[in-house]
Amino acid sequence: MTRSTWVRLAIVVGAGAVLELLCRTGVVPRLIVIPPSEMIASGWQLLVSGVIKSDIYFSLENIAAAIALSVAGGFLTGLAIYSVPALRATLEPFLTSYSAVPPIVFYPMLIVIFGLNRTPQILIAVMFGLVPMAINTINGLHRIRPVLLKVGRVHRVSRMASVFRIQLPAAAPYVFVGVTLAVSYSVIGVISSEFILSATGIGHQISFAYDNYDNRAMYGLIALLLVIATLLNAALRRYSERLLQGRAR
Amino acid sequence: MKPSGAGVPPAGFTSRRRQAIYTAGFVAALVVLWEVLFLVFGQRVLTPPGATFANAWHMLAAPEFRPDIAESLRAFVIALAIAFGVGICGGLLIGSWRGCAEALEPLLVDINTVPKVALYPAILLIFGLGIWAKVVFGALHGVIPIMISSISAVRNVNPIFVRAARAMHLTRSQMLRRVWAPACVPELFTGLRLGFSLTLLGTVFGEFFASQKGIGFLLMNAIDLRNVPRITSLILILVVLAALANSALLAIDRRLHRLE
Repeated sequence: MTRSTWVRLAIVVGAGAVLELLCRTGVVPRLIVIPPSEMIASGWQLLVSGVIKSDIYFSLENIAAAIALSVAGGFLTGLAIYSVPALRATLEPFLTSYSAVPPIVFYPMLIVIFGLNRTPQILIAVMFGLVPMAINTINGLHRIRPVLLKVGRVHRVSRMASVFRIQLPAAAPYVFVGVTLAVSYSVIGVISSEFILSATGIGHQISFAYDNYDNRAMYGLIALLLVIATLLNAALRRYSERLLQGRAR
Repeated sequence: MKPSGAGVPPAGFTSRRRQAIYTAGFVAALVVLWEVLFLVFGQRVLTPPGATFANAWHMLAAPEFRPDIAESLRAFVIALAIAFGVGICGGLLIGSWRGCAEALEPLLVDINTVPKVALYPAILLIFGLGIWAKVVFGALHGVIPIMISSISAVRNVNPIFVRAARAMHLTRSQMLRRVWAPACVPELFTGLRLGFSLTLLGTVFGEFFASQKGIGFLLMNAIDLRNVPRITSLILILVVLAALANSALLAIDRRLHRLE
């Protein structure tokens, strides 16, 4: 590990230790925050006891569906926008400002249309995740070096072979940046909508515990969710950075 | 979100006039789609564009909603001020110290991918049920992307500029005004635009959950009452406000980058 990795680790552990100390000495009352060690213990107990098994599965299924839809949909959208210049000129300003309107404001309307089930939740997550995927697909295709295509043409590579053997591999690292974004946005979209209005899911369990002043369960669930999300994101990001590094050489 | 993922490479040369026609066409297509959705789903789900615009205008003019609109605006402006202030100052400080930036930037990027929604109940417990929980939650969304782009704005300044300035014996304040500021501002502004949108997202979300006042609260209240005209109008107000603010910021952003 490099020196800066150690510094980061020290910062995270140090922040946890300071919070632990503040809670144990009563500077931060237990009614507000419980000590981090108890959060982890509570999260672990909830996980092994199986009480929230169905909620975890429900959330993970929805997140998986949202990821699949945003990655596939975003890739096809990006491809279509890249290959049709008029479409690209029309949509470019809207893509650049996609994050301006928080998709979550459409959640109430989607509930009215589809009812209170997983469909509106997945759709919100797809609205969050699809656009960054499309943007990065366009970016990846844009960055293919023309010389690669020329070499292909010199060797009389067929159109299909050019797509699958040259264009897609060349664009892959940038497209993968889009995948990492689509994953983290899908998590945010699903959990946010579960928070606001839902009958199941990790987000719903957190807000349920909040409503019942059950701090121990609430912080346990929060810790659990943060650990899941952090591991997922960190793994994807490291992989995508490795892809990009290989490309830079 | 990485600020680098926010841009679309430009589609070659398109005249400004043609661009305006395309944009107007797209907005018109959205309105037509809305009308079609209305014809398919009917009054039970949404109201048609014309009626919604009228109703939204009426809501903005009516005194009964004024406290809620004022509350949302106040929360958003305070959150934005915090996110901008802390993000820029923190980012510039961290960015100008190399070792510190190398150690902290990956950490900030990791923190940024954490679903912050999960922290909202904790923020509510700490800051109570008033305006401050929303403000803190909104600022939390905006501050990290701003910090990340401020760090990279400082670090991406071409070292030749600094060396040249030193060779010409510029004073510290001249250096700041003539070299650092012009070199940093375009990238910094892109971060601010992103931070603006995310702070809005955070503030609106904060009003959806455990809130007693504000546009988000009105929206949740309208769901409970199944008041479809009100739901549609409030969504329209939020979307139009966000889109207008963003296109103004985008115009400034483009201008700054063109001057580079």
